[in-house]
Amino acid sequence: MASGSLDGSGGGGGGVSGDGSTTGSMSTVSKEDNLVLLSSEVSSSSYPDESELELGLGLSLGCGGGAAALKSSKPGSWGVHGGRILTVQDFPPCVVSNASSSSSSSSPTKPNNASCGTKRSADSFSPPRSGVSSQVVGWPPVRTYRMNSLVNQTKLPTSEDCNSTIVKSKSKSIVLDKIDGNMSRNKNAKPKVFPKNTLFVKVNMDGVPIGRKVDLNAHNSYEDLAQTLDDMFCRTSTTVSARISYTEENGGMREATESLRLLNGSPEFVLTYEDRDGDWMLVGDVPWEMFISSVKRLRIMRRSEANGLGFQEQNERQRSKPIWT
Amino acid sequence: MCVFQSTINYFPEEVLEHVFDFLSSHRDRNAVSLVCKSWCRVERFSREKVFVGNCYAVSPERLLSTFPRVRSLTLKGKPHFADFNLVPPDWGGYLHPWIDAMVKARANLEELRLKRMVLSDDTLDLLAHSFPSFKSLVLVSCEGFTTDGLAAIAANCRSLRELDLQENEVEDRRGQWLSCFPDSCTSLVSLNFACLKGEVNLAALERLVARCPNLRSLRLNHAVPLDALQRILAQAPHLVDLGTGSFVHDPDSETYHKLKNAIQNCTSIRSLSGFLEVASRCLPSIYPLCSSLTSLNLSYAPGIYSNELVNLIRHCKKLERLWILDTIGDKGLGVVASTCKELQELRVFPFDPHGVGYTAVTEEGLVAVSAGCPKLNSILYFCQQMTNAALITVAKNCPNFIRFRLCTLNPTVPDAVTQLPLDEGFGAIVQSCKGLKRLSVSGLLTDQVFLYIGMYAEQLEMLSIAFAGESDKGMLYVLNGCKKLKKLEIRDSPFGDVALLADMGKYETMRSLWMSSCEVTLEACKKLAMKIPRLNVEIINENEQMEASTDDKQKVEKMYLYRTLVGPRKDAPAFVWTL
Repeated sequence: MASGSLDGSGGGGGGVSGDGSTTGSMSTVSKEDNLVLLSSEVSSSSYPDESELELGLGLSLGCGGGAAALKSSKPGSWGVHGGRILTVQDFPPCVVSNASSSSSSSSPTKPNNASCGTKRSADSFSPPRSGVSSQVVGWPPVRTYRMNSLVNQTKLPTSEDCNSTIVKSKSKSIVLDKIDGNMSRNKNAKPKVFPKNTLFVKVNMDGVPIGRKVDLNAHNSYEDLAQTLDDMFCRTSTTVSARISYTEENGGMREATESLRLLNGSPEFVLTYEDRDGDWMLVGDVPWEMFISSVKRLRIMRRSEANGLGFQEQNERQRSKPIWT
Repeated sequence: MCVFQSTINYFPEEVLEHVFDFLSSHRDRNAVSLVCKSWCRVERFSREKVFVGNCYAVSPERLLSTFPRVRSLTLKGKPHFADFNLVPPDWGGYLHPWIDAMVKARANLEELRLKRMVLSDDTLDLLAHSFPSFKSLVLVSCEGFTTDGLAAIAANCRSLRELDLQENEVEDRRGQWLSCFPDSCTSLVSLNFACLKGEVNLAALERLVARCPNLRSLRLNHAVPLDALQRILAQAPHLVDLGTGSFVHDPDSETYHKLKNAIQNCTSIRSLSGFLEVASRCLPSIYPLCSSLTSLNLSYAPGIYSNELVNLIRHCKKLERLWILDTIGDKGLGVVASTCKELQELRVFPFDPHGVGYTAVTEEGLVAVSAGCPKLNSILYFCQQMTNAALITVAKNCPNFIRFRLCTLNPTVPDAVTQLPLDEGFGAIVQSCKGLKRLSVSGLLTDQVFLYIGMYAEQLEMLSIAFAGESDKGMLYVLNGCKKLKKLEIRDSPFGDVALLADMGKYETMRSLWMSSCEVTLEACKKLAMKIPRLNVEIINENEQMEASTDDKQKVEKMYLYRTLVGPRKDAPAFVWTL
């Protein structure tokens, strides 16, 4: 059963509590999620997983703190090697997004390692899931400038210690930076914190393996947000297959599901968010501004789940479909 | 020898020069200069625009003595894979020696276009002070300078018409570079500072726009809010190309209302980009522009969700160029296919290059666009998966591709249906698209795809290969077959010495070859360097062990070779070893 304390809390990468429990949950996870968690096959020990730090820091109270606050039980890292934590799922319905984004830091700079890393991973690339791409330096071939721009549109946690780490963790060149020691030179090393107005947070919905991101700053009220989430998930809740036929009339892409009515007492779902402390809270209690300042991510949860049971990760996983043929 | 020597000798040079004036492409001018000596001389002395595809292929001094009247210089520095972090910082590509040389030669520089070069504020300062007729600075993917350098340009280039910064890494010094444009500066035609990260002086910007009646292209950065945009558009209704900054506001506000009016007056806008921050509710304000747009770049606007993207695109019936994120989805691409019948170029970028938590596009979107857009000739497509069948269909639908770049997010993913390599699919593309000049392949690929490429891709000039092939044969097919190949870049593929050395003379016909994480050994590189002296064979060695080691059999991690007239470069850093 997924333990609740396995998130990579603690900045140093050594924060996974207990190897024993790790292995236990690892087997549970891998069995159920071998399709979604394909990146795990490649994110083997040689890849330090920088965004583990991100996830951990995201969940805990800044660096090095609060493992206790982890309500969302991770299936956990499936393999901890020498203090480096491997990918962690923290989104129940959609595990891979974090998993692969977490492995964005690619192989270390040493040419030997880089070459064997990438070559080896070439073998492991047979799983069709694209999560593996994040293991490789320079793949997908997107200009660094563009990569950095996209990265910077993700919310940064408020804790100062974590800021630069978080920003860096998403840059795939971060491992290069650290090992090179050329932080000032490598343009990717500069933490690009700009005091800006996009506030993208992840949104996952129970039963939907694929998550979304929403810019909270593009909304000014709960109603606004609920409307957007409605638009997002009504359409996409079952739309994962690549083989959907489309027609011009369907350009509006409305699937036949009713509005989630997230804030109006939808019978099936409830909108929750994880706050800075790592706690999962019901959306709507606090003033919008306060919500914005403390929200880390959103989850559209089944009402049955929300009644203080904690997150039963396995149940979620069983529902997630294999989406790649 | 020139057959027409007798006739041509009586042809006044001024006339020849006048005729050559009509040749705008540097290739045409290069060809002309090969006809005979007198044509060469006339051409040389009349050439004003020079294109240097590799700044290390020729020295600035030599260039200036060959083309003494040069006014416009285009320079490219680092190899293409530097864009993806495969080239360490400080590799090279410095602008300074060029500016220095031009100053010494008293060149009358008016235009400078740079790609992947490194330039400092000092260089920009020197540039700004040395060329009184300087008109146009275009920097793409450059680095090393700050907004102070821009301030120097703004302050000192009296005739400046164009300042176009595309995707550069610019350190923001929180200066007021925009305020450095003097009041006397009224000549701006194009200003693009979208890539700058910092705040700009909005008042200065608005005044600048107000006093430049010829301004036709303006691309703002994220720090310019919607209300400033509204005021700017009110002053510049003649804009042809607009890049918005932040596009967030309350749609019920007066500002937004004013913006809508201002936009309605901008009847010349044909190209739109930006939306670096965006509130979807504000998008309807730009619908009036959409019907005349020919170019739309929303690839930096992750805040626009796919249904809004689609709504927007439905209005854009005249689009010729579209750059978007893959959040558009296959269905959205279906809408593109049915709406944008004039589409020529499509680029679909990954929203979350390392994430998989959303539905990226697949082969279906590509097929749809190929079926719906008969004029499609250029594509860059990042996708989750691909199939041979789809590529074959695309090849049939669009035989006019000039550029075809496909990047599967997983570099070795096989055909999603058959699990076979994607050889046949790409084979169909090269066979059908007889004018193909640029190709990037990805997915699971064997040597077979290269057999096809060598056989059919007769016009191919640039080929990018990653994680592909099985043996030296693959590379050999390409080198033997693609007669017009200029740039070949290969990473993580099992090509080795046999392929590298099979036709060493070939590299003198090419601009450059990049091979990283392949099977090439130091010994082979040394052989090549020795055999072909007019090549620089650079070994990029980040762990600094290579020179010390005497083992020639060891594999070379990164090799970059290029033809050159000037021998090993003197500015190579310690980790670059020119053999």
